[in-house]
Amino acid sequence: MTIVRHEPFPDIARQREADRLGMAVFLASEAMLFGAVVMGLLALRSFEPASFAATSQRLNLVAGSVNTAVLLTSSLLVAIGAEARACDRQRLARWALGCAALLGLVFLAIKGSEYVQEYGEGLMPGAGPKQDFATPGARMFMDGYFVATALHALHVTIGVAMLAGCAWRLRGDDAPSTVAVENIGLYWHLVDIVWVFLFPVLYLSR
Amino acid sequence: MRIGRLVLTWIALLVLLALTIASSFLPIGDWSQLINFVIAAAKAALILWIFMKMREETALVRLAAITSAVLLLVLGGMLAADYELRSPSPYVLTDASSVASRI
Repeated sequence: MTIVRHEPFPDIARQREADRLGMAVFLASEAMLFGAVVMGLLALRSFEPASFAATSQRLNLVAGSVNTAVLLTSSLLVAIGAEARACDRQRLARWALGCAALLGLVFLAIKGSEYVQEYGEGLMPGAGPKQDFATPGARMFMDGYFVATALHALHVTIGVAMLAGCAWRLRGDDAPSTVAVENIGLYWHLVDIVWVFLFPVLYLSR
Repeated sequence: MRIGRLVLTWIALLVLLALTIASSFLPIGDWSQLINFVIAAAKAALILWIFMKMREETALVRLAAITSAVLLLVLGGMLAADYELRSPSPYVLTDASSVASRI
């Protein structure tokens, strides 16, 4: 593992801690953003428990469950990729990060197919051939669902781009540093944690 | 390289996922919501501790990472206290008939 010290840090350990602290603060702000969305959904559930549960059951549970497994698996690959980069095994790191980016694309494809399904069933607020909301609470649930999942999908898209870029640069001499790979990995793991909380709130509130 | 621990964590995460889906089908009412939340917290803890390597970080970095979780719990606690303990204010007239009777 080769980490180059740069100014103004007196030693590698301090430099590494500073790198990691900056990333942790950024990720904490991301967690607060998604935390507010999740709490909005929980508040809606306490107002409208019946509508919330009934609309939750209309979501595609199989697609949501498969997507959770896909994200967890991609997180494993990212963790392996970061470990491989730290051990200077570029080839393994490249494959692991590339496959993780592919799994991110699979996640987005499944999410997109769910959106198409909801569009057809009249569950997309303000769009589609019909609107099929039994109660105002059902409509609000789907509003929250699209806000939460679209914001998450945006983060997945950014993560896929960064993972793919990392895998690409690991081909040649201009390989990203261990710190860069680890920080991109941290971002991806946070996106995974956000989904770990969104999944039960949206899909399992039956 | 130590990949064994990562693979074991991944298996544990998938087992927890299966448990949380299974618990939502049990006829135990709102308890399944609590179980879901506890399992989600356990999954997040595994990802933080092993995948995100918080077990190897310094206290400063761990503190920065845990701050958002603590703040979210405080925020959620206040949100719950607000909505659950709220009572109708005697100074706000919401019932149309009571307004009519006073006029």
